[in-house]
Amino acid sequence: MKQEMVDRIKNDPDFLHLVKARSSFAWTLTITMLVIYFGFVLTIAFDPSILGTPLSEGSVTTVGIPVGIAVIVIAFALTGIYVRRANSEFDALTTKIKNKVKGE
Amino acid sequence: MKTLLLTLFSAAAFAGEALSGAVEKQPLNMSAIMMFIIFVGATLGITYWAAKRTKTAKDFYTAGGGITGFQNGMAIAGDYMSAASFLGISALVYAKGYDGLIYSIGFLVGWPIILFMVAEQLRNLGKYTFADVASYRLRQTPIRTLAAFGSILTVVLYLIAQMVGAGKLIQLLFGLDYEVAVILVGVLMILYVTFGGMLATTWVQIIKAFLLLSGATFMAVAVMAHYNFNFETLFSTAVSMKDQSIMAPGKLVSDPISAISLGIALMFGTAGLPHILMRFFTVSDAKEARKSVFYATGFIGYFYILTFIIGFGAIVMVFQNPHYLDVAKQAVDGGAPILGGDNMAAIHLSHAVGGDFFLGFISAVAFATILAVVSGLTLAGASAISHDLYASVIKAGKTDGLMEMKVSKIATVILGIVAIILGIIFEDQNIAFMVGLAFAIAASANFPILFLSMFWSKLTTRGALIGGSLGLLTAAVLVVLGPTVWVDVMGNAEAIFPYKYPALFSVSAAFIGIWFFSITDSSENAQKEIEAFEAQYVRSQTGIGAEGAVEH
Repeated sequence: MKQEMVDRIKNDPDFLHLVKARSSFAWTLTITMLVIYFGFVLTIAFDPSILGTPLSEGSVTTVGIPVGIAVIVIAFALTGIYVRRANSEFDALTTKIKNKVKGE
Repeated sequence: MKTLLLTLFSAAAFAGEALSGAVEKQPLNMSAIMMFIIFVGATLGITYWAAKRTKTAKDFYTAGGGITGFQNGMAIAGDYMSAASFLGISALVYAKGYDGLIYSIGFLVGWPIILFMVAEQLRNLGKYTFADVASYRLRQTPIRTLAAFGSILTVVLYLIAQMVGAGKLIQLLFGLDYEVAVILVGVLMILYVTFGGMLATTWVQIIKAFLLLSGATFMAVAVMAHYNFNFETLFSTAVSMKDQSIMAPGKLVSDPISAISLGIALMFGTAGLPHILMRFFTVSDAKEARKSVFYATGFIGYFYILTFIIGFGAIVMVFQNPHYLDVAKQAVDGGAPILGGDNMAAIHLSHAVGGDFFLGFISAVAFATILAVVSGLTLAGASAISHDLYASVIKAGKTDGLMEMKVSKIATVILGIVAIILGIIFEDQNIAFMVGLAFAIAASANFPILFLSMFWSKLTTRGALIGGSLGLLTAAVLVVLGPTVWVDVMGNAEAIFPYKYPALFSVSAAFIGIWFFSITDSSENAQKEIEAFEAQYVRSQTGIGAEGAVEH
């Protein structure tokens, strides 16, 4: 890539918008995942009995089962949320930037 | 009689849990062998087909970049669903209940992070190996050498664990000799990779992932159907056979430092495994790269839920079932040991729900799983040798693709032979630490350099080289001084370094080292590298100028 092209793209408002929107979105989702996972394992490390509580009076199933399954489902859901926005909004912006480069 | 710590098998190894079980050679299992021969026949057919389509280096390393996001997601999931995950995690659930779920969750949560942080950038910047990205604006020789060294070390450690596990498992399932099993795996893997390259490796992985997911689904559904799809009934039956402790966290994560350290190793380690990173170059663009991770996360998460059900299914249908009871072992040790040890829980369950035929199917799938995983590993190792060391360092980029591909094939054959020899040497060694060490090195050397090269403009060659080496050394030294090697392998009474997982310390050492030796680097070269960041950043964010991209 030529330096003048780099300079042009890096000052392109669409590029600035893309980078900012994507990185804040990616960081938000990353932090969400980290908080959930480390919250989960640290709960276990500090007090394993919390997840060992029965779901309801007399049931064998513990709180830990739905919580554990939920962590798996949330991890998958977060990837879905990211891919959905990236495939529409971010890709549209990227195409726009690329077309501007090609059009010259 | 040989003793096997199934901890050898990748995933379970990492738990450091003593999933020990005696292995005895079983009688020849004809239905399993028939089904395995069908699988091998089909995959060799694919290899022949792939060989005709593998003409250039790009074809060899990345299957021509024409794999779709869905296919790649399946292949990535296949890389991750090793025989270890399947047998090891279901065995952990069978033995400890809830701890098995905690453990598998750790392996999953790295994936979303890979998607948010590295997948697209990796695709936009790289060509064949992750070293392409790490060395993008840094000096080729030192960075490629370090990255290749990290890759080869990770691959070889992982490969030894897989080969030894393969030999033991096949001995157990098919009644073949250990050496025969290891040689068979080695030879088939060399055939797939040298002739079929990434295309064959990917399709073998996809087919195996499909077979494994189908088989595991059938088992889980059969178990649930038995209990009218009511989890409470399943769990209460299991608890009545064991006790309530299987429904709550046990000893897997006992202190906060270990919890965080294990989490870091699993997350960053996954994002630093060369055979996984390489898969991002097989798709056409960033969009397909991100779709791959979406599908892979879905398949892997689904698979872990299945193994959880399978583990509980084994408690209710295999545990205390006289048919699977190891009477000889019970006479010595008491309790209710099952034939072949805990790692056979899922295999016995397949017999309990589907009879001899389904047992044969699941055994054949377990074998196929090992083959597919070692093929991917070998290809990644061979690429580090040919693309990073030979083409970029030794020949300084002045070689053609055909020569590079030839070197890669020679490297594959050598790696295959080395894997066979090491597999035989390590047969009776305690190698439970190897996969843990592979993850620690991937997390402490490969990942920090890769990550900072993409996001931190001030990274310099000096910083990456010193910090990355520091991470690698810290990881290796702490594993040796820690409980898994110092106590379990060397037989000392107490570990010098108290934690099983060094990642918290070694990853920190790497990041701090890279940061410090970069910011204090005032050389002319460092200045140029910092200036080159902008162009790299624009390409990583937009894909303009990327390999295989439509626009040029």
